[in-house]
Amino acid sequence: MKHPEIYLDALDNLWFQVSGTLCNIVCEHCFISCSPTNHNFEFMTYDQVNSYLQESIKMGVKEYYFTGGEPFMNKDIIKILRKTLEYGPATVLTNGMLIKEHHAKSLKEISDNSIYSLELRVSIDGYTEKMNDYIRGKGVFKKAMAGVKLLVDSGFLPIITITKTWEDKDDDRVLNGFMSTLKSYGYQRPRIKILPSIKIGKEAVRTKGYDEYEFVTNEMMVDYEISNLICANSRVATSKGVYVCPILIDSPDAKLGGSLEESMKPYELKHQACYTCYLYGAICSNFSSVKRDA
Amino acid sequence: MHKKVALFGGVYSNYLSLKEVIKDAYKKKVDAIYCLGDLGAFGPYPDKIFSILQKNNISVVQGNYDNSIGNDKDDCQCGYTDPRDNYYARLSYDYTYKNTSEEFKEWMKVLPHEIRFELGKYKVLLCHGSPRQMNEFLWETTTPTHFLEKLCRDYDADIICATHTGIHWNRKLADEKYFVNVGVIGRPENDGNTFVGYTILELIDGKINIEYIPVEYDYKKLAEEMKKEKLPEEFVETILTGWWTTCLEILPGKERLKGKF
Repeated sequence: MKHPEIYLDALDNLWFQVSGTLCNIVCEHCFISCSPTNHNFEFMTYDQVNSYLQESIKMGVKEYYFTGGEPFMNKDIIKILRKTLEYGPATVLTNGMLIKEHHAKSLKEISDNSIYSLELRVSIDGYTEKMNDYIRGKGVFKKAMAGVKLLVDSGFLPIITITKTWEDKDDDRVLNGFMSTLKSYGYQRPRIKILPSIKIGKEAVRTKGYDEYEFVTNEMMVDYEISNLICANSRVATSKGVYVCPILIDSPDAKLGGSLEESMKPYELKHQACYTCYLYGAICSNFSSVKRDA
Repeated sequence: MHKKVALFGGVYSNYLSLKEVIKDAYKKKVDAIYCLGDLGAFGPYPDKIFSILQKNNISVVQGNYDNSIGNDKDDCQCGYTDPRDNYYARLSYDYTYKNTSEEFKEWMKVLPHEIRFELGKYKVLLCHGSPRQMNEFLWETTTPTHFLEKLCRDYDADIICATHTGIHWNRKLADEKYFVNVGVIGRPENDGNTFVGYTILELIDGKINIEYIPVEYDYKKLAEEMKKEKLPEEFVETILTGWWTTCLEILPGKERLKGKF
């Protein structure tokens, strides 16, 4: 089957797989199966990140994102963020557990000294210890909420990112649950992003994965707003080169080159994860999105 | 060739502030007034804007709202993705669409996507969101200087003026280029003040001068009329207090922190 080819319109968003596939926890729904021992992708060095940053300037990149794995496992993360905020806004996707007072203080100082926004996106998957730790592991909830509290107390408005693992009918109940839990931790005006689950990696084992028909076809692209797809405006730099998007780094065909320039080529939406991206659009951005009809 | 121009965006049906802005701009002896789009939304009686714009010979760039209303689209194309933002955008769009005359819709439909003119040696480009995308949000804290410099190169402009976000700002770029978000006159800027504002670009000794002009208007009257039209209480509160109460999820962290909600 031939799938639609997506051309890069403009490189607006540059992602960094800054801590590779290394993470301090092992979540049941991780689409790239990150763990303390998954060395598929290694930490990126400051020099690696800086070299992509310099290349990104002439390309007019608009926003920088840092993910992993867990970015705060990278010992250079603060130095990397300080450099990035000289050039543009940055968002860090974290589980919040490793954020200590000295991190919060440095992050605040970096943010205050820049004209750009520094966003912290903290992943939490349940508004109670039981609901969260079922997905993210024992003891995770308390440590993550401690990280959120430190950020809030330092003057940030972290974006709580929740992967949707409940039924549509429970949307209001879950959202209200999160609001009241976050307020009880002193976060008075919580920002919340809801993310659809991507049924690959460990999440394919947890759920039944994708159905056979769940692919993006050429017919589905009629009247579709292509800018909803991250591959139309983003790339992800890793320790092993530049890939099409942060979700597909485990697929060898997703590697597009060693430099940003080399990664400008079009990409065919041949993976089933592309179907989730198609349905929800903008899933990697800092905002929630709404599911469309297939 | 122009020497001094007044620029504003986001009228959002606020005919009271529109009248004040025009009065103020003429008093300051501008040679032209331009509107950067989004005529409807938020406020009451959208058709009242039409005659004021025509009578004063104001050139208008098409905003996403004007494109939607003019082309009978399903939604405002505001660029929100969060369902909480979209809920209020929907209320405002349905009211505006229902209360806009066919004649006004036809007029909006054919508005240009950009207007260009020269101000001394500067090539000025007016657009709604950005030169490349009508509903692109260019916030001060999420728009890199190198990105704006690339826009100036790609679109052959020395000064790019836009609106759309609802909060004014400007930045000097390399090689005497500028980006200016001219602000909106339809609602206050989420800073606890009830006034709105517009921007004057003026050539002084061959150099560009950018000035943001705050304008007071009868916001209490506007609030009363919004109530009469049964527009959401949350919108009325914004007009009365100067704090945004809805469509907040799209704001970057730093802009959100400056507001109350």
